[in-house]
Amino acid sequence: MFQIEFDNDNVVGIDLGTTNSLVASMEAARPEIIAGEDGDKLVPSVVSLTPEGDVIVGNRARQELIDHPDRTIYSVKRLMGRGIADVQDELKLFPFHIAPDSESIIRVQLGERTFTPPEISAFILRRLKKNAEAALDAPVTKAVITVPAYFNDAQRQATRDAGRIAGLEVLRLVNEPTAAALAYGLDKRQQGIIAVYDLGGGTFDISILKLHEGIFEVLATNGDTHLGGDDIDNRLLRIALEDIQSEWGDDLSHTGEAVQTLRRDVIRAKEALSFQPAANIEFDWRGKHYHREITRELFENLIKDIVDRTLAPCRACMKDAGVTPEQIDEVVLVGGSTRIPMVRSAVEVLFRARPHTELNPDEVVALGAAVQAGILSGSVENQLLLDVTPLSLGIEIAGGLASKIIHRNSTIPASASETFTTGVDGQTNVLIHVVQGEREMAKDCRSLLRFDLKDIAPMPAGMPRIEVRFLIDANGILNVTARDARTGKEQSIDVQPSYGLTLEQTEAMIDEAIAHGDEDLQAAQVAGARVEADRILLAIEKARKSEAWDALADDERSQITAAIRQLQTVYHGADHHAITDAIAALNEITRGLAENMMNAAVNTALKGTKV
Amino acid sequence: MTYFEVFEIPPSLALDARDLEKRFYALSRKLHPDLRRNPAERAQAEEATAVLNDAYRVLRDPVARAEYVLRLEGFDVGKQDSKDVPPELLEEVFELNMALEELQAGDTDALPQLESARQRFAGMRAELDTELQRKFAEWDEAAERDRLAEVRGLLNRRKYITNLIAKTNVPD
Repeated sequence: MFQIEFDNDNVVGIDLGTTNSLVASMEAARPEIIAGEDGDKLVPSVVSLTPEGDVIVGNRARQELIDHPDRTIYSVKRLMGRGIADVQDELKLFPFHIAPDSESIIRVQLGERTFTPPEISAFILRRLKKNAEAALDAPVTKAVITVPAYFNDAQRQATRDAGRIAGLEVLRLVNEPTAAALAYGLDKRQQGIIAVYDLGGGTFDISILKLHEGIFEVLATNGDTHLGGDDIDNRLLRIALEDIQSEWGDDLSHTGEAVQTLRRDVIRAKEALSFQPAANIEFDWRGKHYHREITRELFENLIKDIVDRTLAPCRACMKDAGVTPEQIDEVVLVGGSTRIPMVRSAVEVLFRARPHTELNPDEVVALGAAVQAGILSGSVENQLLLDVTPLSLGIEIAGGLASKIIHRNSTIPASASETFTTGVDGQTNVLIHVVQGEREMAKDCRSLLRFDLKDIAPMPAGMPRIEVRFLIDANGILNVTARDARTGKEQSIDVQPSYGLTLEQTEAMIDEAIAHGDEDLQAAQVAGARVEADRILLAIEKARKSEAWDALADDERSQITAAIRQLQTVYHGADHHAITDAIAALNEITRGLAENMMNAAVNTALKGTKV
Repeated sequence: MTYFEVFEIPPSLALDARDLEKRFYALSRKLHPDLRRNPAERAQAEEATAVLNDAYRVLRDPVARAEYVLRLEGFDVGKQDSKDVPPELLEEVFELNMALEELQAGDTDALPQLESARQRFAGMRAELDTELQRKFAEWDEAAERDRLAEVRGLLNRRKYITNLIAKTNVPD
């Protein structure tokens, strides 16, 4: 709760993509992509566990897709923040090896170990972190990470957890299309309406923004978190597998090694088709050779419905933004799949504008993330992003209906307050179910979390008044707090995420990585805990000079002093848990103090404004 | 603190959208958590910005704004019972329901009827909006309670007609 200023150096921007990931930083007022030690800017989002137990990431891991498909995973972004029931369709198309104990949290099998999607993503993030540290010759502990604009709360939390497991403080999750607009907007127009069409490896986003003297205000966003280049690859793959079965009489679709080799070969053909009217799929397998020419015409017939699926979200987005195609001044293309000529022409027809393609569509998101990192650390001035929440937030009410409390496309941070009461005399707890989505029935929306308002003083039914505040923060992540409207006292709530990891689970994963010999991570955890400790200690130091401190009871003050001493005792140890436990204890004991100061400060902030 | 106070403007129903936007941008630059280096300040800025965004969302939309003013002034703007058909619309609603029933039974002959109903309702709503604008301006001139009561009546009617328009948007 209490924190002091952090230093501003080396905040990097990371595009954690389905197919490739990139890291960028601000270099003399311009964002630059940081290449890996192999010289490649793109780090393939592939992770492999070698038989010796080492984790490898990127280009080297991509080779392992063919050599050790059972120890290697790609496109893990498709599994982030999802339960096993959500991914049944993906499992038919992707060779994910799901561990049998997967339920609301999926575990992926790599050889003899299992990992959650955030852990796999953390391996990619740590590769990027190391690349950045090598290039900048300094430790990197803070990052801005991009997510698809249409990612729901659980998917966002999973991404933030991945950062945490990787030893990165995630200063902000930024929506990918918005990041792209930032990258483009650097020295561009002062005013105007921009549409960003982002078709990546696994996700599709459309965002419409209004630009005004450095303010990037997102008017509306829409999309599909399961639509992208992977789907196109799968179409080509299916054709090739069918051909091979009829030519050779072999069904290769269950041979991981063959499928991965063939996938690589069809992707080559797909990429070539963006620049030439026809391309060949060439596939060699155990002495046999398969060849097939794909013309652009055939390719376009094959993918037409995929391209068409992007158009309805675009129209809905324009409607929500209250703009017509004529009002859109610029269109920006993002994502490797926008290199496909058919995609480009579909966008041109829809928006009646020639899209921008000056920046590399693979790099533009990471560049924008670096700009946002610059805004947050103060090195980029006069620019400000105002983003929106992509999905409505609702609570389940009588009859299983979802009552919307924060509507989609609301500018974030956004909040809503609801008052709850009891239905039975003497009832001491109330269970609340929070969902995300546009459907009328709660069961048709995405279950987000359930929380229990506990320890309500027993009273006749309808008498208690518990005010719950829902705050969607600037990351698009929901925070819930509750207080008793009569006493003003904070009400304890027990939040159960429907699909996410709890803090304890995330901590356990960090411990597991450390137990597997990761000393960097151990050091990063201790350093992070000490920074956190510095913040709270300094903040309390300041608070002791305030009226709020004087207002505390004597024994509360002495408890706080004891907790401070405890934190100082463990501070220099190598056990980050001891430090974080002491911080938590201190946080808990200073809750009342912090609240008093916060209330005073919010009021002052709002009152002190002059336009 | 009321949403109007957040923007430092007097309570009014007919707001200048341009001016409101200008104030919103200026306040965003002042309050936004992204522009704070200090994490404690950032948390406060997040709260303050959430209030600012909530205020802007309500005040920029004329209907939400009017409902907000009604609530501030102690009017009950709860759920309006959609079964209470405004008497002057009785016949229209009856015809619309007939047409919808025919459509459901698979009779596409009712489609043009639906389209003309939709246009009629849209026309009614446009007229209502003009009238609302006039009432808004009147209340801003002199904040009399009767005028707000009239606004509430118009808003209820508008809500009813909006529901009717939604009904005519049958997916094909």
